[in-house]
Parts: sequence; structure tokens; C-alpha cells
Amino acid sequence: MPRISVTVDGIRYDEEVEPRLLLVHLLRDRLGKTGTPIGCDTSNCGACTVLLDGRSVKSCSVLAVQADGGDVVTIEGLATGGTWHPMQKAFHEEHALQCGYCTPGMIMAAIDLLHDDPDPSEEAVREGLEGNLCRCTGYCTIVRAVRRGAREMSQEMPREGMATP
Amino acid sequence: MIPASFDYVRPSSLDEALETLHDQGEEAKVLAGGQSLLPLLRLRLAYPGTLVDLGRVEELRGVADRGDHVLIGAMTTHYDVVTSPIVREHCPLVALATATVADPAVRHRGTLGGSLAHADPAGDLPAVARALDMEFVARSAGGERVIPAADFFLDYLETALDPGEILTGIRVPKLGPGWGFHYEKFHRTAQAWAIVGVAAAVRRSNGAIEEARVALTNMGATPVRATGVEESVRGAELGANGALRAAASRADEDTEPPADLHARPDYRRHLARVLTHRALLAAAGTG
Ligand SMILES: Cc1cc2nc3c(=O)[nH]c(=O)nc-3n(C[C@H](O)[C@H](O)[C@H](O)COP(=O)(O)OP(=O)(O)OC[C@H]3O[C@@H](n4cnc5c(N)ncnc54)[C@H](O)[C@@H]3O)c2cc1C
Ligand code: FES
Ligand code: FES
Repeated sequence: MPRISVTVDGIRYDEEVEPRLLLVHLLRDRLGKTGTPIGCDTSNCGACTVLLDGRSVKSCSVLAVQADGGDVVTIEGLATGGTWHPMQKAFHEEHALQCGYCTPGMIMAAIDLLHDDPDPSEEAVREGLEGNLCRCTGYCTIVRAVRRGAREMSQEMPREGMATP
Repeated sequence: MIPASFDYVRPSSLDEALETLHDQGEEAKVLAGGQSLLPLLRLRLAYPGTLVDLGRVEELRGVADRGDHVLIGAMTTHYDVVTSPIVREHCPLVALATATVADPAVRHRGTLGGSLAHADPAGDLPAVARALDMEFVARSAGGERVIPAADFFLDYLETALDPGEILTGIRVPKLGPGWGFHYEKFHRTAQAWAIVGVAAAVRRSNGAIEEARVALTNMGATPVRATGVEESVRGAELGANGALRAAASRADEDTEPPADLHARPDYRRHLARVLTHRALLAAAGTG
């Protein structure tokens, strides 16, 4: 069986995996990272979204072997020292979840969106999250939360390259 | 669901990949971004013996300006295509259509080569390939050949690529000045495939359309050029709205649109005509 080495939420793991093992199953079943849920069988729902080498991917549509050597961030890796990430806080404050099943994927997709567009319009948020389905909220509070999270992130953590010289 | 077992090989060069494909024969399948293949494996609709992962073959990635054409490496992701300054400048239709493919997470992994090699009639890029007369560069252990877009798409999910061949790059001819572009896609929900799509490129001169290229997504088992429209629209005055509409009314000529749970063939024919009119207007800069 192939041996892979992946960093997940800052910790390096060396694992022997079957080639057919999906990244989401590595995260959930091997590493116990059950914060990342599986919502569908068709790569549509986005619940399983994580960051792989800094960009959003659907972890149900990536093989664990493809992530070999990669750096994965899941919803469980966002809080630092017991303090929520500003996007997590914004989702809480704007009531951007009901059952919460879509939330980990929404938050990871939102963080990825800010990579290209640090201050997205409502339209840009809706487009940027088009790969993430929510069956509860109707999306309005999610859109508000992402814009609030974006504002808070730009205040708390000046983005790379935007720092004053 | 969990895919059935397969062997996995991850070559680090094209030659190594070709050798592996050659040795494994028909049992082997190339893995690009996996955004079509992995869903198929998860649903157990495909049972390859070996996956040959091109993910680490760096020479297949990237966009280069080659003078009269742009060469896009087969493994260039949708995201890298959309954000490439060369693509945006010289083949904006490719960027416009690619931006409508799936959603951001899928675009981070899915590749231009994968979309074309998969040849899904509902895929957006095959029609763009037909409209722009792209050329497909394919390599096998035996050598290289170039396949014109008109000969590449053979049937539903079937292309002119042989089992031992890898699509290495796509040549997109530069059309030169005076052209306008549009991709008009009709779908019911976000992130969904096109029910019908229209790729249009239009060259204007003195307030009239001098030349147009129009190709249709999901109006048959393969992408089709709407040659009737291209003929009729030549010379059409841009002010005269009726002329474009009349040309667009030929969009469904010689098509065999599928019936599925999204649409019946007659509705697809209607869509093709309406969307072609919109695409022509937008490409001509008057939409
Ligand atoms: C939720 C979702 C929505 C989507 N929506 C759209 C959409 O709206 N429009 C659209 O166009 N597409 C859509 N797609 C498909 C997406 O564009 C895929 O990325 C693309 O079809 C396949 O590219 P890939 O790189 O992922 O290829 P893979 O899935 O890795 O491969 C696909 C096929 O092509 C073969 N192949 C790949 N690369 C090569 C090569 N270089 N040489 C020879 N054979 C090769 C493989 O063997 C396989 O048979 C969607 C996908 C998902 C999951
Ligand atoms: S589980 Fe639905 S997209 Fe991954
Ligand atoms: S909160 Fe229930 S699916 Fe989004």
C-alpha cells in the first residue's frame, strides 16, 4: 500500500493508505477529524470542503494519495488557542446555521473566497459559495456572515502583501 | 460510496506516464483533476485497473503565448485558465466559459484537458473548442499527433484519443483584432451543467457582422457548430435586430438534442435559438 505524508491542521501524519481511500475518509475515519462531514455521493453539496495547499477542494473528490505531501486545513484547524476564527465567530453572530451540517464546508469555502476577493459583494459571496448547499437557512444569514467575517478578518489580520512596507 | 479497488501510479514525467499507460494497456486510465472521474468511481460507474495520476507531471501545466496561438497544458486547472492574463487577453471566450464550469472548489482541481478528454456533451469547453477550432496535441509511446477539434469529439464521452494516448496540450488559435465573444449558458441552479449552452465569436466591421463562429453545448452527443447561423449572420447589420434573430432561428438545424429530466428535445431546440440570439448580441457588443 502507498505510504503518504500529509499535514492536517498543523500536524504531520504518515499513513499507509489504499489508493481508493478518499481524503474525506482519511480525515474522518483515520485521523478522527469528524468536523468535516459528508453530505452527498455526487460531489455537489460542498459539506466536505477543506483547504488543500491553501485552496478549497471537495475532500470527497480527492484521493488521499493525491494529497501526499500536501497541507490540509479543516474546520478543526481554524481556531487558535481556544479563540474562534473570525469567520466562525461571524457565522455564530449572524445565526448563519440551523442544523449546522453545511457549516464547516461553508466556512472553508468562505475563507477560500476571501483569498481572491477580501471584501466580497453580496453577489460575489453568492457566486463564491455556489458549490455549497444549505438546506436550512435560505442563505441570507450565511451571506451576511461571510461579509462580516471578511470585514473582521481585514481588521484583525492584515493580508500578506497588503502590509505597509 | 467507496470506489472499487484499483492500483495507483504517480509518474513524475510525461515519458514515464506514457510508458506506464503502454505497459498497462486498456486496464489503465489517466487521472487528471479527478472531478469527473472520482464521482464516477464513487458511484461505481467505472472500474479502472490502474489509475495513472498526472498530478505531478509539471510539464503538462501552464499557459504559453506561441505567437499565432496560445498553448494551454492539458493539466492546467480551470482556476489557472480563468486567471491567466494570456488567456484573458488572447482567448477570452475560453476564460468566459471556464468561469461558468461547476464551482470554485471543482475549478481548483478540474483541468482543461480533463474536461475535453471527458467529452461530456453537457460540458462547456468542448463547444468552445469547436467554435475556436482548437487543436489537440496528443502523445503516445509512438509519438505525437495533432487532432483538429472537428475530429476530436466522436460520441457521448468518446474522443479520438487512443487508450495509450495522453492529451498533452491544447492550441487555441488567436483570432486577431475586431472579435467579440460570449458564452451563454442556461441552467436551472447554481453549479449545474448546461441544459443548453452557446459559444459565440463575432467579428464586426462598419456596424455589421463580417464573420461569426457559433457552437452549441448539449444539443447532441457531441458539440456542434451552428453552420446555418454562421452563414446567415454574415453581413447582418448590427442595428437591425431582426437580422440576428433570423440567423439565430437556424441554431437547431441538423442537431439531435437529447431528452432527459431537464428538458425535452423540442425545448432544447427552442433554447438553442433563443440563447444563440442572446449570445450573438452579447458577442457583437450590443447585448
Ligand atoms: C459538482 C460538479 C459540477 C460540474 N459542473 C460542470 C459544468 O458546469 N461544466 C463543465 O464543463 N464541467 C463541469 N464539471 C466537470 C469538471 O469540469 C471536470 O473538472 C472535468 O469534466 C474533468 O476534468 P478533470 O481534470 O477533473 O478530469 P478527470 O476527472 O481526472 O478525468 C476525466 C476523464 O478524462 C480523462 N483524461 C483526463 N485528462 C486526460 C489527458 N490529459 N489525456 C487523456 N485523457 C485524460 C480521464 O481518464 C477521464 O476519463 C463538474 C464537476 C462537478 C464535480
Ligand atoms: S460530500 Fe458532498 S461534495 Fe463532498
Ligand atoms: S444549516 Fe442545515 S444545511 Fe445549512
